[in-house]
Amino acid sequence: MAVNKKPVSFQVNGRTIQATLEPRLHLADFLRDHEHLTGTHIGCEHGVCGACTLEIDGVPARACLTYTVSCEGAEVRTIEGLEHDPVMVQLRAAFTSEHALQCGYCTPGMLVTARDIVLRLPDADEARIRKELSGNLCRCTGYVGIVHAIQKVQQQRKVTT
Amino acid sequence: MKPAAFDYDRPNDLAAATSQIAQGDGMVKAMAGGQSLGAMLNLRLAQPQGVVDLRSIQELSSATETAEAVTLGACVTHARIEDRRVPDATRGLMPKVAADIAYRAIRNRGTIGGSLVHADPAADWVSTLSLLNATAIIGGPNGRREMRMEEFLLGAFETALGMDEILIAVRIEKFSANARWGYWKFCRKTGEFAEAIGGVLIDPARKICRAVIGATNGKPYVIHDARGIADQFDAHRAMQAVEAAGMGEDAYERQMHFVALQRAAAAIHTT
Repeated sequence: MAVNKKPVSFQVNGRTIQATLEPRLHLADFLRDHEHLTGTHIGCEHGVCGACTLEIDGVPARACLTYTVSCEGAEVRTIEGLEHDPVMVQLRAAFTSEHALQCGYCTPGMLVTARDIVLRLPDADEARIRKELSGNLCRCTGYVGIVHAIQKVQQQRKVTT
Repeated sequence: MKPAAFDYDRPNDLAAATSQIAQGDGMVKAMAGGQSLGAMLNLRLAQPQGVVDLRSIQELSSATETAEAVTLGACVTHARIEDRRVPDATRGLMPKVAADIAYRAIRNRGTIGGSLVHADPAADWVSTLSLLNATAIIGGPNGRREMRMEEFLLGAFETALGMDEILIAVRIEKFSANARWGYWKFCRKTGEFAEAIGGVLIDPARKICRAVIGATNGKPYVIHDARGIADQFDAHRAMQAVEAAGMGEDAYERQMHFVALQRAAAAIHTT
C-alpha cells in the first residue's frame, strides 16, 4: 500500500515543529529518532508501562498511543522541557534523596506522573499515591522511595504556600 | 510493536467522517482518544487501511443536560467524567467508575464512546452503560438512530454499529433522589482490565431494580428484575444469575463473578 505522509505542525517544549510524517509514527519514536529528545523512554508500546508518559496540552498522556500526525496544534512537553519547572526541580531533588530510582528507565515517565499527582492531588495519602502510580511500572525500587519522594514534595509545597 | 502503515485524516464535521468511513468499506477505523485502538494498532491486532480521527468534530466532545437526562458526546474523556467537568446523571456512579479506569494518562485521552464501541467485555463503560440501559445515539449517511444499550452491544468486541456509522453520543437518564448504586470490579493489578464486574442499581421512583454481571465472554448480562440480588442479597439467586451469564463452568470465574456481584450489592450507596 502506498504510504501517504501527512503534514503536521505542533509545539515541543515551546518550539514549533513542522514535519511530514507517516501516520503510523508514534510520538515517542518521533521525539527520539527525529528530535533526539531521548528522555522519553519506550517500554511496552501499548500504553501499559508508562515509560513514555509526557505532557500533551498540559496533562499526562502516553506518547506510544499518540500518533504524531494527530498532534496538530498540540503543545507537547517532554521531560527535557520540564528541566526548569519548579515542581520538577523539587521532585528531582526528592527522587535523589529518597532513592526513588535505580536503573532510571521508568524515571522520566514516573516524574511526569509524580508532577501530576503533586499538582492535582496535593492531599493524596499513600494509598492514593500508589493507586495513581499504578500506570507507571518500576521494577527496581518497589515504589517505596518514589512514594516517599512524592510525599516529601507534597510537604515542601504545603510549607512554602 | 509498530503499527502496519495506515492512512490518516481528521475531518471537522460528521458528514465528512461518515463518508470517509463508508468509503473504506470496513477497512477504515474511526478513532476517538485512541487508547484502545492505538494499542490494537501497535500490536497489529488491527490493521486498517485508514484511521479517521474524530476529535475535531465539536459535537462529539459536547455534554448537554436536560431535566430528564445527560447526553455525553462520544469523545468526552474519562478524565472529564472523573473530574465532574461534565454533568453527572448518576449520583456519583459514573465519576467513580471513570476514576478507576486504567490510569490518569489514559483517562486524559480515552473516551466513553471509543471504549464503548471497542466493546471489550472487560471494560467499565460496557458494563456500566448496560446497567444504566443508556441510549446510543448513532449517526450515518441516512441520518440518526437511537438504540438502547442492550441492543447496541452484540457480544465481545461487537456492536450494532454499521460499517458507515459513528457513535455520536450516549444519553443517560437521570437517577431520582433516592436512587442507590453499587459497583465492584476485580483486577489483578490496579487499572488493568477487569477479571469480573458486578453492578447494582435500585431506583424505586423509576421502578428500577437492576443488576449487571460484566467481564463475561460476551456482552454484559443484565438482570432486569434484580430483587433478591440488588437489595436483599440471596446467594442462591445470585449464583443462578452468574451461571445464566455463562460464567458457571470454571470455578475461578464463577467465584470471581459471584463475589463481584455480592460486593456491588454490599457497597450500595446512598448518595
